[in-house]
Amino acid sequence: MKDIDSVTETAIEFEGVIKRYGDAVAVNGLNLSIQRGELVTFLGPSGCGKTTSLRLIAGLELPSEGRLLIAGRDVSRDPASERNVGMVFQSYALFPHLSVLENVAYGPSIRGLKKAEAHDKARTILDQIGLGGLHQRLPSELSGGQQQRVAVARAIVQQPDVILFDEPLSNVDAKLRRRVRSEIRALQQEFGLTAVYVTHDQEEALAVSDRIVVMEKGQIAQVGTPEDLYERPASAFISSFIGDANLIAGRVQSSRFTGAGLDLPVSGNDGPASLSIRPERIALATGGTARIESATYLGSRMEYGVISGGMSLLVSRPIPETRLEPGAAVHLQIDPAGVIRLD
Amino acid sequence: MKQFDRASFGWLGLLLFSVLILPWYRGGDFGASALGEGLGTQPWLLPIAVSAVLLAGLALTVDDWRRHVAILPLSIAGLVLMTLQGFAIGLNGPLIPGIAAIYPTAEQGQSGIGLGGLVTGLAFLGLISDALAARGFCRGERFAAACVVIIVALLSLFVFFPIIKLGTAAFTDAEGALAITPFLTRISGAELWGLACLTSRYSCGVVINTVVLGVLSAAFATGLGLALALLVARTDFRLKRTLRAISILPIITPPFVVGVAIIVLFGRSGVVTAEVADWFGVRPGRWIYGLPGILLAQVLAFTPVTFLVLLGTLEAINPTLEEASGTLGAKPFVTFRKITWPLLRPGIAAAFLLAFIESLADFGNPIVLGGGYDVLSTKIFFAVVGAQYDLGNAATLAIVLLALTLAAFWVQTRWLGRASYVTVSGRSDAGLAAPVPRWVRVAAIAAVVPFVVFTLAVYTIVLFGGFVTDLGRLDLTPTVSHIWTAFSFEIGAEGLRLYGSAWDSLITTLWVSALSAPLTMGIGILTAWLVMRQDFFGRRAFEFGTMLSFAIPGTVVGVSYIVAFNVPPVDITGTMVILVICFMFRNMPVGMRAGMAALAQIDRSMEEASQTMGAGGARTLRDVVLPLIRPAIFTALVYSFVTAMTAVSAVIFLVSARHNMATAYIMGRVENGEYALAIAYSAVLMIVMIACVALIQFAVGHRNLGRRTELQGAPAAQTAE
Ligand SMILES: Nc1ncnc2c1ncn2[C@@H]1O[C@H](COP(=O)(O)OP(=O)(O)OP(=O)(O)O)[C@@H](O)[C@H]1O
Ligand SMILES: [Mg+2]
Repeated sequence: MKDIDSVTETAIEFEGVIKRYGDAVAVNGLNLSIQRGELVTFLGPSGCGKTTSLRLIAGLELPSEGRLLIAGRDVSRDPASERNVGMVFQSYALFPHLSVLENVAYGPSIRGLKKAEAHDKARTILDQIGLGGLHQRLPSELSGGQQQRVAVARAIVQQPDVILFDEPLSNVDAKLRRRVRSEIRALQQEFGLTAVYVTHDQEEALAVSDRIVVMEKGQIAQVGTPEDLYERPASAFISSFIGDANLIAGRVQSSRFTGAGLDLPVSGNDGPASLSIRPERIALATGGTARIESATYLGSRMEYGVISGGMSLLVSRPIPETRLEPGAAVHLQIDPAGVIRLD
Repeated sequence: MKQFDRASFGWLGLLLFSVLILPWYRGGDFGASALGEGLGTQPWLLPIAVSAVLLAGLALTVDDWRRHVAILPLSIAGLVLMTLQGFAIGLNGPLIPGIAAIYPTAEQGQSGIGLGGLVTGLAFLGLISDALAARGFCRGERFAAACVVIIVALLSLFVFFPIIKLGTAAFTDAEGALAITPFLTRISGAELWGLACLTSRYSCGVVINTVVLGVLSAAFATGLGLALALLVARTDFRLKRTLRAISILPIITPPFVVGVAIIVLFGRSGVVTAEVADWFGVRPGRWIYGLPGILLAQVLAFTPVTFLVLLGTLEAINPTLEEASGTLGAKPFVTFRKITWPLLRPGIAAAFLLAFIESLADFGNPIVLGGGYDVLSTKIFFAVVGAQYDLGNAATLAIVLLALTLAAFWVQTRWLGRASYVTVSGRSDAGLAAPVPRWVRVAAIAAVVPFVVFTLAVYTIVLFGGFVTDLGRLDLTPTVSHIWTAFSFEIGAEGLRLYGSAWDSLITTLWVSALSAPLTMGIGILTAWLVMRQDFFGRRAFEFGTMLSFAIPGTVVGVSYIVAFNVPPVDITGTMVILVICFMFRNMPVGMRAGMAALAQIDRSMEEASQTMGAGGARTLRDVVLPLIRPAIFTALVYSFVTAMTAVSAVIFLVSARHNMATAYIMGRVENGEYALAIAYSAVLMIVMIACVALIQFAVGHRNLGRRTELQGAPAAQTAE
């Protein structure tokens, strides 16, 4: 995937990391390496171990088994305070009794800078991040978006080996999310930071990441670029988790798939098979054996529920096309490039 | 990285310094260290010095020494060796046969450990915690690991070890050998279980007495508390604020002051007694000494507690339930019986048990008013300080008392664990509560009025009794002569000179309180933080152990401390240290509760943020946690301070001629019948206490409390989705 000559350095390396809480296994055998300057997202359903993986990097939890390396050093037994990691918490976790400036200067002064130097450093970062006039405010006197930026400033002021975000947008107004997430992405690229980002919103993951790690029940389900995951999901779980997908079960015989009233060319062995087809890869033409069951207007597109061969399929079409009404008989036209054979 | 190294060499440096230089024994010289004494006449100290030197050598020669396999075994070995030699060789020679064969000089015995021993132990503990942290204990957080290990060691030494020592003392015969028969003889005697009082003029066994007193006093206190709570929560009775204020009084009242006031009122030459005798021409009697007097005093003292518990329960009962019953046509009486009463029952059980436990532990009132009515706490006291000094008996009685208390606590947790449905839903809004039936109201007022009158009478006596010539003979001429006897002073050429007989005890009390309050607060809050925020093996057991020290009655603590700490290796009886330590471990659970409640309100990610920014546990605690839990710190400080000033049950065993405490001094005056002096001193004590609390508030609370309330909105606003 990477060019051979652009030698990259590994920032974080999980080697068979397991984290147990009592009998429960939160992270089960994680193997992953994250390159320097990369933004990697942990994505997955609730309880799959995203936060735990992040906290393992921060040192807020220690692995029960396995090794964790940051910048080539084994930190498996080092506490958070002895790693060089910045973290932006879901609740921002700003110190309510300290001003914005003191919040950002806290880290540098802990690491041994004189008060004046620490304040200078904090001021520089705050100005860069666009919070110039708010140095003396208390966190409670800031808006949610401003608090978040202070949290980011506080996390990056010490040039950490890696910066961690745990669902940073969950407390941000829905309208602001798009802007804040591109700000975070821009900042990460501008400072050349290695970042690990946790979210359970697949759209957010697709938008910000260099690579996405999809997790399921404490294990990695698939790792890849956003395109990889969307276009080439490795399993039914991935294809339905990232974007919408029609999962169709059927049979393959001499390179043709039959099922759900479809007959499509596919590659691979004969036998039972399942396909994943994205809703926007299906076009509809009037007349045929399939029938429109529902039609929903979504502003930017139409979403149709179509019954074909006894199965219900989801189809997404741009608006300008002629609107089809429920009950209409249709014929499904499937873009062969959009057909993914799973299993 | 450099800082990391320096920090972990700290314990090692401390260890070497103490083993090589600090005096191992109490009162020793510098240089009479483990090494010095070990090379001299105490060769059993040498292995300790050797393990210290081995540790140092290892640390200097290997990389990443904290993770080296030999560090943990070596430091544990050092600690174990230290403990073993301490218990194997006593003051007068070996305590374990065979030691003399290895170390002939052990025949001379050894004295208690001093600075060197103490610091060495501490350093070994620190090294153990460091090695554990390097293996992931407390998520690798060294400060937290050290705190856990050291607190566990302190609890073992100052809570569990004394209780175990007490247990062995109960099983020791006259020759000092372990045996079961003496225990069985003592515990089965008529002295404990006799029922003679039912059939004759002789008194019953002391366990019977204690339980009877406990049940009666809990029943009366609960009844009164219920009456008060009903009046406050369910009627338009106008005295709410007064009643709440009165309920604070017992906290700052030395426990036997109420008893003294009762004697002044009803004693043989008491105010009321004399009047009644005059009017009716009867001879003044001694009826107040014994069960009636103790009961009266205890009911007065415990009612505020039951009142608060029951008020909480009543306020938690959703009035709409009662209203619903009313709208369904039920008469007030039916509503009360069918709805209010069943919901109230668990609260009543809780109040009853609480008062029962307090009565078991009470020492001040029975000692003052007991007469011939012995209860366990006083019996234990007389077995230790009385003419028939019998430690084995005291220990046996203490074990019985401990068992009774633990049983009551056990019932309490079992019962209340299941009965938590009381809090059906939120608090009642003002004025919505269903009124109680008329007869309940009348009965409540009938009970409460005498209580209030009585309380006022008692506190009038406490406040003014010391400042009139002779209250008993109704000579009300104001005088300061009692106070002057206690607190006379002179400002002469040499400056201030304190002559009064009470100065010593007051100054000691202030010292002990001032020293123990911050220590108690510190260990309580620290423990709360460990329990709430750290993740380590055995955390549950740790929490349980800390809470246990709260369940042990004061008299039991007192006896167990005498048994445990009047001989080496830790001989500290008769010092001020033992007083401070005693308060520290008795009161730490309260600070812990306050700290846990406060920490539960604070988003822990703030601490985690501090850690990711490079702050270790200690720094995080100082910079982030403490500023945010100031109110809890204040509560813990005030409580520890006030308890240290008013407590009597445990300290009465631990005071000495040199270090007497105010409460013990006052009790001495009461025994001599110098009531006016006792009361005057009590009043002074209460005033000093209030002044000190105001001072603490000024120092800790004030400056930042205001800012805190304004800030509380911040985290809430952040987490709102
Ligand atoms: N301190 C803990 N003690 C016990 N179990 C825990 C603890 N923290 C997490 N777990 C469990 O570990 C699993 C993974 O938790 P984690 O917080 O990593 O999930 P997540 O992927 O971040 O989920 P979400 O999207 O809901 O935040 C869950 O089943 C959770 O219940
Ligand atoms: Mg999470």
